[in-house]
Amino acid sequence: MIKKILLVIGLIFAAVRLNAQTELIGAGASFPYPLYSKMFDEYYKIYSVKVNYQSIGSGGGIRQLKAKTVDFGASDAILNDEQLKEFDGEILHIPICLGVVVITYNLDVTHRINFTPDLIADIFLGKITKWNDERIKKVNPKLSLPDLPITVVRRADGSGTTFVFTDYLCKVSSEWKEKVGTGTSVNWPVGIGGKGNEGVAGLVKQTKGAIGYVELTYALQNKLPYGVIRNKSGYFINPTVESVSEAGNVKLPDDMRISITDTESKTGYPISAFTYILVYSDLSKANDKMNYEKAKTLANLLWWMTHEGQKYTKPLDYAPLSKEAQKSAEKLLKKLNFDGKILLK
Amino acid sequence: MSGTRLYKNAINIGGALIFGLLLSIFITLFVNSLPSIRKYGFDFITSSIWDPVFEKFGAFPFILGTILTSFISLIISIPFSLSVSLFVAEYYENTFFSKIFETLVDLLAGIPSVIYGLWGFFYVTPIVRNIQIKFSVPPTGVSILAASLILSIMIIPYASSIAKEVIKLVPIDLKEAGYSLGATRYEIIKNVIFPYAKSGIFAGILLSLGRALGETMAVTMVIGNSIQLPKNIFQPGNTIASIIANEFTEAVGELHLSALIELGLILFLITLIINLFANFIIKKQELGI
Repeated sequence: MIKKILLVIGLIFAAVRLNAQTELIGAGASFPYPLYSKMFDEYYKIYSVKVNYQSIGSGGGIRQLKAKTVDFGASDAILNDEQLKEFDGEILHIPICLGVVVITYNLDVTHRINFTPDLIADIFLGKITKWNDERIKKVNPKLSLPDLPITVVRRADGSGTTFVFTDYLCKVSSEWKEKVGTGTSVNWPVGIGGKGNEGVAGLVKQTKGAIGYVELTYALQNKLPYGVIRNKSGYFINPTVESVSEAGNVKLPDDMRISITDTESKTGYPISAFTYILVYSDLSKANDKMNYEKAKTLANLLWWMTHEGQKYTKPLDYAPLSKEAQKSAEKLLKKLNFDGKILLK
Repeated sequence: MSGTRLYKNAINIGGALIFGLLLSIFITLFVNSLPSIRKYGFDFITSSIWDPVFEKFGAFPFILGTILTSFISLIISIPFSLSVSLFVAEYYENTFFSKIFETLVDLLAGIPSVIYGLWGFFYVTPIVRNIQIKFSVPPTGVSILAASLILSIMIIPYASSIAKEVIKLVPIDLKEAGYSLGATRYEIIKNVIFPYAKSGIFAGILLSLGRALGETMAVTMVIGNSIQLPKNIFQPGNTIASIIANEFTEAVGELHLSALIELGLILFLITLIINLFANFIIKKQELGI
């Protein structure tokens, strides 16, 4: 009897140890979570490597990576130089896909509303307060806009979506940059806050004349109306998976820490950003449990995500990496090492 | 003998653990909010600018929002919770109908707060929007008023269940003595039941206040999460609990995080002060009897 019990216990431990060898732990951004869980599930089916990803938010992901409790972090926001200094080693930003922010509204109009960058900034600054404002009419000559107050709706919870949106506003409006700035949570001059994409969308749907921003994925899946935005080159661009990938098809820096809002690309949609997986370039520094085998597994996983894994982006309404971005990701991945030993050739 | 000792020890250890836990929560909150306390000092409580980008943090709008929603909801809920407890414990005590009613009211306490939030979002905010239109204020729907209304429903069972227990405890002799002197039912309630049960009723009300102070999810969904100081109860606002829930996960800067933890510390202290005050009042009333 005792032998049997011991055997069972032994087997359990063996199973746990087997698992420990092939399980990677990650934490961070919630925006790419649906895509990541799909990717990790597919990856498990092919390579039987389990990835445990917790979507606790970018801030949490960065903290966990710093505290060395995870193998990789994930973030929608780029770490600045000051933040990078706090880490025990070099951190790589591996781009996985692009996040897109669209302007949604609640208004009975026949066509999509056109927005210029300064219109968006002034609406969210509270300077344009009515839908029939002359400046809105000017770029929407075909629409009959009602005499309705504009209710600004924004995210109440700190989020990567807010980061991307405010980053865009900073680039197109000096007043925004001075007064509000960029961040996952900011000091909004006007408006009401909804929790999550669904909170913002719900408030917009309920309030006539409301305007808000949500992720493209969310707007598409819930059939929300969204606006067409004029980009830096002067073209009005409809947010699609293609126009967003195009936004990332610009000259990219080696470390990929670039904001592509207000993109230089002629056919690119202006409010989008890369979402990243964050890893130590020397993976031996990641945590105590990291070993060469595990580091190799992680490197392979990241390679797969930026290559074969990209095919899962479009069905889930995420924008895949452009050629340019994929090349930069490759360069970064080749820097991955374990105590000096390069992991990918 | 040894059984008694074992029992006593177990109780002592349990008590000490609870106290230790409370103390360690306080210490954790205090230590982690030190960067913010050092930087902002007392201004943290009085300033009303909350700007994570430029790292200016003032908690006044959130403290005000918390206190406003809790007390307004308390005022709305008291008549209801009192009449519920009188209904089940005095007028229809031990009848089939009161049993069903009791269960239903207790069930209100078991509904997850996110469901209150959803219901409030889809049902209460449109009503509030109509009120706002009547008062010609911006019809946002989500507001301090909407949050208070939802909270008042959520806290009814907390106040009523304790009140009903103490009302049941009023000695029947006292009531019968009253009736024999020709008192009406109303007079019995006013002059016998309330004086006898008031400390219990009060304790129940304070328990419900504690619940209202800390409620997060339902409030977040209907309060509008505005970081500006609300000018009246028709405007959107924010509470301490909901700003923590909203901003904690994505707070990257050390000061931002520390400011959020200091908010937690303030909420902790507010709850503590209210509880101490409640104990004081209850003691005083008990001595009065």
